[in-house]
Amino acid sequence: MSRIARALAPFVLIALLLAAWEIACRALAVPVYFLPPPSAVAKALAADWPGLLQAAWNTLSMALTALLVASLIAQALALFVGLSPILERAVRPLAVVLQVTPVVAIAPLVLIWAGLDHPGRAIVGLAAVVAFFPIFSGAVTGLKAADPDLERLFDLYGASRLQRLTRLRLPSAVPYLLEGHKVAAGLAVIGAVVAEFVAGSGGAQGLAWRILEAGNRLQTARMFAALVVLGLMGAVLHAGLEIAEKAGLRWWRGR
Amino acid sequence: MIASLQDVEVDYPRGRALGPFSLAIGAGEIVALVGPSGCGKSTAMRLLAGLEAPSRGAVARTPGRGETAVVFQAPTLAPWLSARANAALPLELAGVSSAEAAGRADRALARVGLSGAEAARPAQLSGGMAMRVSLARALVTEPKLLLLDEPFAALDEITRRALADDVLNLWAAARPAIVFVTHNVEEAVYMASRVVVMTRGPGRTTGEVAVAGPLPRPPGFRTTEAFRAQVEAVSGLLAQGMAA
Repeated sequence: MSRIARALAPFVLIALLLAAWEIACRALAVPVYFLPPPSAVAKALAADWPGLLQAAWNTLSMALTALLVASLIAQALALFVGLSPILERAVRPLAVVLQVTPVVAIAPLVLIWAGLDHPGRAIVGLAAVVAFFPIFSGAVTGLKAADPDLERLFDLYGASRLQRLTRLRLPSAVPYLLEGHKVAAGLAVIGAVVAEFVAGSGGAQGLAWRILEAGNRLQTARMFAALVVLGLMGAVLHAGLEIAEKAGLRWWRGR
Repeated sequence: MIASLQDVEVDYPRGRALGPFSLAIGAGEIVALVGPSGCGKSTAMRLLAGLEAPSRGAVARTPGRGETAVVFQAPTLAPWLSARANAALPLELAGVSSAEAAGRADRALARVGLSGAEAARPAQLSGGMAMRVSLARALVTEPKLLLLDEPFAALDEITRRALADDVLNLWAAARPAIVFVTHNVEEAVYMASRVVVMTRGPGRTTGEVAVAGPLPRPPGFRTTEAFRAQVEAVSGLLAQGMAA
């Protein structure tokens, strides 16, 4: 009983909020361009469904490509940096600057570099910048996270640098890498959406463009429909990543 | 002589950690180091293992690479490796072929009573079983010098006693020199042929007690008069070292 109640609680809340929204819109005669009632959003969703799915897939695929690019670069760099504390000191401030600079601020530059005809490349690039830091940071931390007594054991048995890296440091870093990728994937989607807004053109055909396009035409219900799809996509991605991280950890420690 | 420390002193940035301290370990001897927390016991162990160099004084060691083994207070196993792979690790690092390493690891696990648990991961083992894997990993290279740094501190009393007997039986098979650190005076007297008592840090030697009686210990050894007397002697030295 309580398990069912707990599982249903969020849906009940959503239903209540939607009902209140619908009633308020009708009772107060709110103009549809200002705030459409949920029923209008649902109609827009039903009408736009195939296009929205395609747009969601476009945004998601750009975000996942960015995640892959960021993952490769961040881990390669972390491995390189992990070999020497001096290198780490040299690289870290730059990585932090990259992290704290809002992606919106560098987007116009990246658009120019990617070529105005290739907004897709610019969006992948920007989303990769956002996704880079959590993976890099996790990898650098993880490479140093080996049990100090295990490190001593490797000293004792005269392990080579390569053995220490492949048999101790890399395996020890796995939980940190899983966590870093989970955070980075969420950020990559945010980065891709923000970059699409800045690109502002239909070239990339993502969800953000759908929102912009509908907004320009004051089709507010269609804006909400795109937002709903974006929210659902984020929730599904988050759930998928949680499952992937748990499965990864289970594989790593055998249960 | 397997290893010796001659008037060693170890200074860390925060101050002196050990010494001047001297200790000589003979082949096949079991020596217990007993002393208050922070007296430098673990530092002395790292010197004996060759993992650290003293600030002053001399360290002499005869075991070659792979002939010294250390068991830490925690099992210190790699969570991503099976019990077999954990036990085989020292051999793998020495370049022994995987097949031979796995076979020797399985035999080491059998010696510590873990036949059947070869494929288990550390997370699936109890504290006592994990400690046995750690012991198997130490024994797999057939070391001449085995260093145990408070190996049973995290275990319950029953498991401690069982492991103490197991260690003595394993010792009887190959007779490596064993040096072990403990806070537990009874455990020191039970397991060692010689108990070295240290002062508060930076530790020096307060005194030594040679423990009479056969090793491994016969049943009921803990209840004998001689055992009680030697526990009292070590406790007395420990109190003296605390006051010094």
